[in-house]
Formats: sequence, C-alpha cells, structure tokens
Amino acid sequence: MKSSAFQYELPEDLSSALKLLNSNDLDILPLAGGQSLMPMMNFRVAQPDILIDLNKIDSLKNITIEGDYVRIGSMVRYCELEQSEIIQKHFPLIIHVIPYIAHSAIRNRGTLGGSVSLADPAAEMPSVLITLNASIELSSSNSTRSVNAEDFFKGIFETVRKSNELVTSINIPVSSMPKKFGFYEVTRRHGDYAIAGAVVTSDNGQDNFNDTRVVLFAVSTKPMRVPKSEAALNGNNFNNQDSINEAIDAVTGNSFERDLHNDETTKETLAKVSLKRAIGGLNG
Amino acid sequence: MTGPKFSFDKPGKYIGQPTERPDTRRLLKGRGKFVDDIQLPRMLHAAFLRSPVAHAKIKSIDTSIAENIKGVVKILKGTDFIGIVEPYVGVLSHLAGLRSAPQMPLAVDTVRWQGEPVVMVIANSRAIAEDAASEIILDLEDLPAATNTEKALDKDEPVIHSEFDSNLAWERTVDVGNVDEVYARDDVVTVEKQFLFGRHTGVTLEARATIANYDPSENQLDIYYSGQAPHMMQFIYAKHLDIPEENVRVTAHDVGGAFGIKVHTYGDEIATAAAAKLMERPIKFLADRYESFMSDIHARDHVINSKMTVSKDGKILALEYDDLTGIGPFSMYPRTSAIEANQVLNLTGGPYTIPNYRANAKVVFQNKNMMCQYRAVGHPIAMALCDGLLEEAAAAINLDSVELRKRNLIPDDTYPTTSTTGMKLDDLSHQKALSKLIEMMDYEKLKKENADLKKQGMYRGIGFCSMIEVTNPSPMFYGIGGAPIASQDGATIRLDAGGGIHVASSVTEQGQGTNAVLAQVAADVFGVDMDRVQVTTGDTKTTPYGGGTWASRGAGIGGEAVYLAAEALKDQVLDVAGVMLQSKPEDLNIDNGHVIDNLSKEKRMSLADLARTVYYRGNELPSDMSPELIATRHFRVTDTPFVFTNGAMAAHVELDIETGIVKILNFWAVEDCGRVINPMLVDEQIRGGVVQGIGHALYEECLYSDDGQLLNTTLADYLVPMATEMPEIHVGHIETPTKTSVLGAKGAGEAGTGGAPACIINAVNDILRPLGVTNYQIPMTPNRLLDTLRSAKI
Ligand SMILES: Cc1cc2nc3c(=O)[nH]c(=O)nc-3n(C[C@H](O)[C@H](O)[C@H](O)COP(=O)(O)OP(=O)(O)OC[C@H]3O[C@@H](n4cnc5c(N)ncnc54)[C@H](O)[C@@H]3O)c2cc1C
Repeated sequence: MKSSAFQYELPEDLSSALKLLNSNDLDILPLAGGQSLMPMMNFRVAQPDILIDLNKIDSLKNITIEGDYVRIGSMVRYCELEQSEIIQKHFPLIIHVIPYIAHSAIRNRGTLGGSVSLADPAAEMPSVLITLNASIELSSSNSTRSVNAEDFFKGIFETVRKSNELVTSINIPVSSMPKKFGFYEVTRRHGDYAIAGAVVTSDNGQDNFNDTRVVLFAVSTKPMRVPKSEAALNGNNFNNQDSINEAIDAVTGNSFERDLHNDETTKETLAKVSLKRAIGGLNG
Repeated sequence: MTGPKFSFDKPGKYIGQPTERPDTRRLLKGRGKFVDDIQLPRMLHAAFLRSPVAHAKIKSIDTSIAENIKGVVKILKGTDFIGIVEPYVGVLSHLAGLRSAPQMPLAVDTVRWQGEPVVMVIANSRAIAEDAASEIILDLEDLPAATNTEKALDKDEPVIHSEFDSNLAWERTVDVGNVDEVYARDDVVTVEKQFLFGRHTGVTLEARATIANYDPSENQLDIYYSGQAPHMMQFIYAKHLDIPEENVRVTAHDVGGAFGIKVHTYGDEIATAAAAKLMERPIKFLADRYESFMSDIHARDHVINSKMTVSKDGKILALEYDDLTGIGPFSMYPRTSAIEANQVLNLTGGPYTIPNYRANAKVVFQNKNMMCQYRAVGHPIAMALCDGLLEEAAAAINLDSVELRKRNLIPDDTYPTTSTTGMKLDDLSHQKALSKLIEMMDYEKLKKENADLKKQGMYRGIGFCSMIEVTNPSPMFYGIGGAPIASQDGATIRLDAGGGIHVASSVTEQGQGTNAVLAQVAADVFGVDMDRVQVTTGDTKTTPYGGGTWASRGAGIGGEAVYLAAEALKDQVLDVAGVMLQSKPEDLNIDNGHVIDNLSKEKRMSLADLARTVYYRGNELPSDMSPELIATRHFRVTDTPFVFTNGAMAAHVELDIETGIVKILNFWAVEDCGRVINPMLVDEQIRGGVVQGIGHALYEECLYSDDGQLLNTTLADYLVPMATEMPEIHVGHIETPTKTSVLGAKGAGEAGTGGAPACIINAVNDILRPLGVTNYQIPMTPNRLLDTLRSAKI
C-alpha cells in the first residue's frame, strides 16, 4: 500500500522541530527510525498531515554522562547504543537485551526514543528502563519535564506524552545499574516481538535479593511491574527455591491480555516461565 | 508404454549434473524483469476497494468524492462489467455433482467475503487510486455470515447462494472392501483421531501482478502476467472478454514465486483486463501484501474425523474418515475448489496396502476467502492423516512405527499395481527409500539419545512419513472435465545462424530453475555447450501450446518435449551435414557445437558453418534439398492418469514443554523423482518444499474472527518460517525412472510440502504420547501445545 499524502519537514535543530509540533492542530507525527511508523503509514493506520523527520537534529543523537546520570538522546539508534562505551560500562543489561530486539537491519535504524514513544507492550526497552529507574525527558516549545519510566507508559501505544511534546532524552541514574540481572523472553521466531518476557534486577553484591525489580512484558497492555514477586524475593537468598516459587506464583492474579495467537491463560503461563527463567539466569 | 529408447546409464555432460542456473547471474544483478518493472506509455494504475465485511447486500456505492480527486481517471463498479465480462463458474464435469454460482470480477449486488473486490479505481498513480478508494462510501446491509466449516451444513446456517438448498458444493464417497467386517473382529486394535488443518496461503515474494494493454485497432489484448499458465489465461481472457483467442497474448517474464497461488482466475486481474479494453489504455494492477492475504487463494481448511484398524501383528486392515473442507463462497475458476478434497480421497494411504477403506469428503461454501490449489494439493492432508494414524496404531500395539511401515508399505517388487483407491502405481521404491532414510538418520542411535536426554528433562521426538506425490499428470486431471488446461506441452528448438540453439517451451519458470533444466536437456541431447542455448518460456505468442507449471510437471513433461525436439533437430541437422560432407548421417554426430565423425570423434564442420550455409548460401546445397533447422515436438503422458513419485522423510524435534515452542533439530528427506536431471535443483525443490511444510505444521495460519474478518494480513501476524528456525535438511535420492518417457524424469516440486507436515506433527506427538496426550490441530502453535500439555502427565 501507499501512504496517504503528507507534508514533510526536516528541521535541523530541536527548537524548529518543537515549533513545528506546536504550530497548529493538524495531525503531526515525528519520524525517528521509521521502523514502525513507515509501515503504519503505508497501511494508512497512521495518516499524518505533517511528518517531522527528526533525523537531522544532532543534539538528540548523543550519549553523555551528566553528573550522576547517563543521558541518551532520543535519536540514538539501537546499534549505536550497543556500541557505546558508556552504555557498555554502566548498563550491561541494555547491552544484553539489544540483540533480542528485531533484526540488525531494524536495529540499524530504530531508535530508543522511537521505541519509548511507540510504547508497544511487547517491546523490551520500556521494561528494561523501568528496572533501571530511568526517566523520560519530554520537551515542548515552552517547557521541559521529566517523567519516571514507570509512570510514562499508559497502555497499548499510549504514553503520557502530549501531542506538542517530543521525547528528547532517556536519562538513567548511573547508580541504578543493578548488580544482578536476569532476562528471558519467549518468541516463536528469532527477532519477533516477544509473546512473553521478564526482566529481573537485584541490587546486591552479596547473596540475597535486595531492591528487586520484576517487570513482565508482552503479556498486558503495558510493562507489568509485579510488586508481590519483588516482595517475595527481597531479603531472600538467590538460591532460595521457596521464595522464588512464591515470586513466580505471585504472577497469577494479574490481568493478562491475549494477542492474536495466544490466549490469557497462555500469557500467564509464559509470563511465569519467563520469570522463572529470568531468575534462573541471574548473572553477576 | 513407450519404454526407454535408450538408457541414460552414462551421466551426460549436463543431464544428472548440478549445473548452475544460467539466469541466476541476471537475477542477482537486479536485471530481472518482473511485471512491476514494465512501464508502458499512457499506463494507468488500479486499486480496489474491497469488502470490509464477510456477507452483505450492496445498497449503494457513492463515488462522488472519489471521482473528483485529481488524477482519478475512472471508477468502475461490479455492475459496470455486466455485458463486458461473461460470468465464470468453477465446475468440472468429471467432478460429478460439483456446483458453484456464476462469478463476476467485482461483487455485483452482494459481497460474500471480506476482501472481495467491490469497486475498481483507475488513476494516474497507485497512490492516487488508493486515496480515491478510501473516499468511496459503501452502503452495505449486513447479512448473517456462514463462517464455521463445521456448521456450514446445519439447517439454521445462512445459505450463501439462494439458488442452492444448502452450502454443500460437492460430496464424494469411496468405499472399498468392508470396513465394518474389520471392526467386528476381536483380534484388532482401532485408533481414532480428529485432525484439524487450519487455512494457510502461499506467500510469494512477488505478489500477484498484471498489466493489461488493449489495442482497438487490431482488437489485440496483451497481458503481462505474473503466473504459471499463460495459455490457460489466454483462453480465459479471450472467452470472458469476447476477443478471438489468437488476439490475446499472455507473457510472463520473470515470476517471483507462484506455488499454485498464481494459477487461478482472480476478479481483480479480470477486471484489469476488462477495464483496459474499455478504456483502450494499459492498466497496471499489483496486489500488495495486505490484499494478497485477503484475496490470494487460501488452502487446506479441513476437519477430519478418522480411524485406523490394525491387527495385533501389525497389518493395517482398515482406514476410515470423514473430511469436511471449507472453500469460501465460490469454487475457484477454472480448476475448481473440489480438487483438494478429491486428492485427499485418492491419495490417503497410497503408500500402503490397505484392504478396507471408506471415506467421505464434503466440500462446503463459507463467507471467507476462496480456497483452491496450492503447492502439494491435498498431499499434506492425506499424508499427515494416514501416517499420523499409523503412528497412533503402532503405539497402540506397542510396535516401532518404522516396523509397522515396513510391514505395510507396498513392496518395491510388486509394481505395476493399483492403490486401494484405484490409483495406478508404477516404478516406486517405498522400501528402498525408507531403508535409506533410516540409514541416513541413524535411527537407532537417535532413539537411544532421545531416551537418555529425556531422563535429563529434555523432550525430543522423531516423526516419519512415507509418501506419494502426483506428478506429470495426463489429461485425466483437468482436460477430461472440460477445463482449458493442457496436460501436453511442446518444445521448439531452432539452430541459429551462429551455431547456438533457441528453445521455446510451453512450460514456465517461477524461480525454480525450469529454464535451466530445459537448457541442460537441449544442450546434452543436441550436442552444444549450455552457454549456446537460449530458452524462451512464458509467452503464448512464441512458444508451443501447453499447460505451464502445475502438479510438478516441468521437467517430466516439458523436459521430455525438449528431449524429443532436440533428437528431431539433431536428425535434421545430420541429414543436411550428410549431404554437405558427403557422409552417411548415421556416421556423424554432434558434439560441442560441431558435426563430428562418430567413430574417430574428429571435427568435420562447425554448426555455425552448417547453419550459415543453409541460411545464407543455399545456392551451395542441392536444389532438391529443403533443409529444416527447426523442430517441434510435444509430449503427454498417455498410459496412466499420473506418474506417481514416492519419498520417505523424518524430522527430529525438541519440545519445550513449559513454553510449547517446538525446535526442529534435523530433517531428512529421501526422494525418488525418477531421473534426476539436476540434483542441485531437485535438492532445492525438496528443501524449499520442506520449509513450506514446516510453515504449515508450526507457523502459518489465516485466522478469522467468528464474523469472517481475516485477522492477520501482515507478515508480522502471519508467520512464515525463517532461515534462523530451519534445520539442516538432508536430501537423499533414489532414481527409479518412469517408463512413461525416455528421460524417465518424474516431478519433484511438491514432495517436501506434501510430506514435511506429517513428519513434524508425528515427531511432536512422539513426545506427547508418552505423556498421555496428543495434538492434531495444525499449525501446532505454543498456545495449542500448552493447552494440550495442561492435561499431560509430566
Ligand atoms: C520486523 C520488526 C520486528 C520488530 N521487533 C521488535 C522487537 O522484538 N522488540 C522491539 O522493541 N521492537 C521491535 N520492532 C520495532 C522497532 O524496534 C521499532 O521500530 C522501534 O522500537 C521504534 O523506533 P523507530 O525509531 O523506528 O520509531 P518510528 O517508527 O520512527 O516511530 C515510532 C512512533 O514513535 C513516534 N516517535 C518517534 N520518535 C519520537 C520522539 N522523539 N518523540 C515523540 N514521538 C516519537 C513516531 O511518531 C511514531 O508514532 C520491530 C520492528 C519490525 C519492523
């Protein structure tokens, strides 16, 4: 299919982009890596009047250390994230997860900001960012605000971002890289969106779970943090099978969303398997 | 039977060799010529507005906004084609009782499936046509939709065609021996299973595509076609658009895959041709992936209740089943949608001696996309059904399933023979194939390994299938029933002035390497290097008349015609050479582009010299000699309805019992396609077919909502197998040439697709059965397997 006609803008700096976004009440969409937006436009699911291509805005493409956090510009591509020494040094969890996202051709174009803005419930990065206690920086032509990743995602393709705002950066406290992390996802084919997945982190150099985060993805309308599982683990030994079982059982009772191929029961089953295997694969 | 004229005991220079395809260089350099590469002057572009619902009355169609969009040239509705296109009905006289309603290219007053073309927009670009299509207002009055195959014949189900009393399109029963007598015995074991085969479709890299160009000054219609059967389409366009057949030219250049999807009559393509005639301008229509999912034919869709009875010492005594298959609202034209069910009835159990057999097939209409012939028509169903039951029966009498196969396969030394369902079988090698398979895979070692790993909590299984494949069909397949589908094909070979040859053949190329095979045969038999052979296929104007590609017949029938033509041309050339060289033709031969002395092998004259003399300097020849440097021969199979092939295949799989994910560890296929002309291409056919079969078993399914909405219309939702999930596919060959031709080549194109699903299904059930459960719902998705595993004893 061919996309419907649209006006194309290629601003060279952030303030022009924000101004364009603000200019009127037309349907305006920013274009990042285009890996999701271009097919949506060709299917005419998205029919923007104006497309604002962010690819020329250099200020959105950097990864920098600013005081006690790492700032990742929204236009940083997955492949750049993967090769960044800063990310390699501070956030091995991100490095570990990137190969699970799509295929390298898609990662060469797709951006972290695009993934966050899209808010696909099956995407990996939103859940990873929640475990890392990241915040999302949103800018409009007259203000800038920062929203905690946990509060940012609202539902399927839905975030707190307002239509006149851009995601400008993703900021992660350097201190929040957990000492231990585990990740597991179930896919039918290599590179597909997961049909269920789990990220587990624990901040402790010793033998017990501490400040644990458990986030499930691809099983509900948005990343699913499971406080009961976290509570079951906290303070217990990494090898304490009873507390691990309790954490896995605590997944039951949450509300699961079916997808085209998998019903709610399967989603719940796979969420538990993912969590079990993520815990089983805890590294560090 | 004709019988071999001479045997090909010695491998030829090309025949039997893994010769590279001459066209790959061109294709890899991006020089392929597909329909979308063709730009004609004054060409317009079409897009179709398709029905958004499964069943509705069309109350009105408002095109007023669309018409005024700049660049829109014409908007046509179903009613605009009345009187322009003669309606078509997908029935064949040899499928007694098959009924279907007349079809028009666009829905006229009722829409009967979601995706049915309703309005055609013709514009200066496809994008404008799509803009306009989205501005058309369809006023539809919803009708209840019949979408559930199992309910299609219920009294309170909506009847799709008011002229019929029910949604039944066709029914056939086969009853051989007496199954009831077997059931009455007390020394037998009966297993019973329900098989559910979901719908899937063939996903071609190049979607359907057509350019139609009409020249009123000569009443000439030219079609640029991405498909398999140019001459069939020539007939169809001529008949239904009322143009003399000779004034219709159908040309297929490169075709990016077809798999049987592109051998049918599609409303959008007929509408494109009719509109070109109406507007006297070229029109291009390319189906995109989205509309391909909604409008390319789907396949399978069977609900089968079945049972098999065996004696306790491992003899299959009886097979019985009822097959219910849904085909959408019409039987597809002209091949019909009853062939698959007919194939299931004919082929199930074909590899085995089964004395008692009772089967019924019912083909029903539904408000879903149409179902028709796709690669390996009926085979995957027939093979999965029989070999699935066989594995169940083996387990029930505690016998290794390979042993049960060995005890029941039709022995290699009993041919010719007839199958239970009356199929003539000859030149098959089931026993040899199974032995070779067992050896290749090291079955005993693998079984032990599986048992050891199970103790460590790993679940691995092995599944088998012994199969037959219908290839090289005779006129008994379609022609007998009145379809414009040739089973004979022809080849013309011409010696050119430069000493090279040109082959024109009526079989067609869709990427599988047919042209290479034709060139191999021509080069070898005539005596030139392959790089001196040019091949033309896919053109009704310049090739002999024939059927094109379907039912695995390119090498077996097209190759044989080339063989015969090359022999004939060689005789003609040697006659001329005899006169020019004052030798007896029988003392001469052709090799490497030269006429040579048969005994000394000495070069006597180049073919270029000979041809130039004939073409330019005829004065040097005796005046009573009229040399012919062109020969045409045709070939058809006469003594048997089909030339069957056979194979034995096995899969080794691992099931993650917590996630329901199946990983295929290894796959083996032993195939007997008679003479192998190009082992590399046969291996590719087998492997490609196996991959499609794996798709059917594990991934591919067209999912519908209860009200008939197709739910997956992208490659993100419709999963095809990808390279990363594919196992090593080991291919072994047995060559039992068919006696119906000199070359002895049978078909190889569909075996993998026909046999692989059974292997995967059986391998997964090999894991499930010891856990007290089985699953025969295909594809075997994680959701279904987890569901099954919930009642397993682990
Ligand atoms: C075959 C395939 C497989 C995939 N598999 C996975 C997978 O396994 N896991 C996964 O996470 N993803 C997967 N993806 C999605 C891919 O990673 C997404 O394309 C990516 O996450 C979105 O990034 P993008 O830069 O391409 O965004 P775009 O497609 O350009 O934009 C996506 C959306 O975000 C908006 N947007 C983009 N940038 C901003 C911004 N700075 N501020 C505000 N709004 C913005 C756009 O307007 C649009 O609505 C897959 C994609 C494909 C095609």
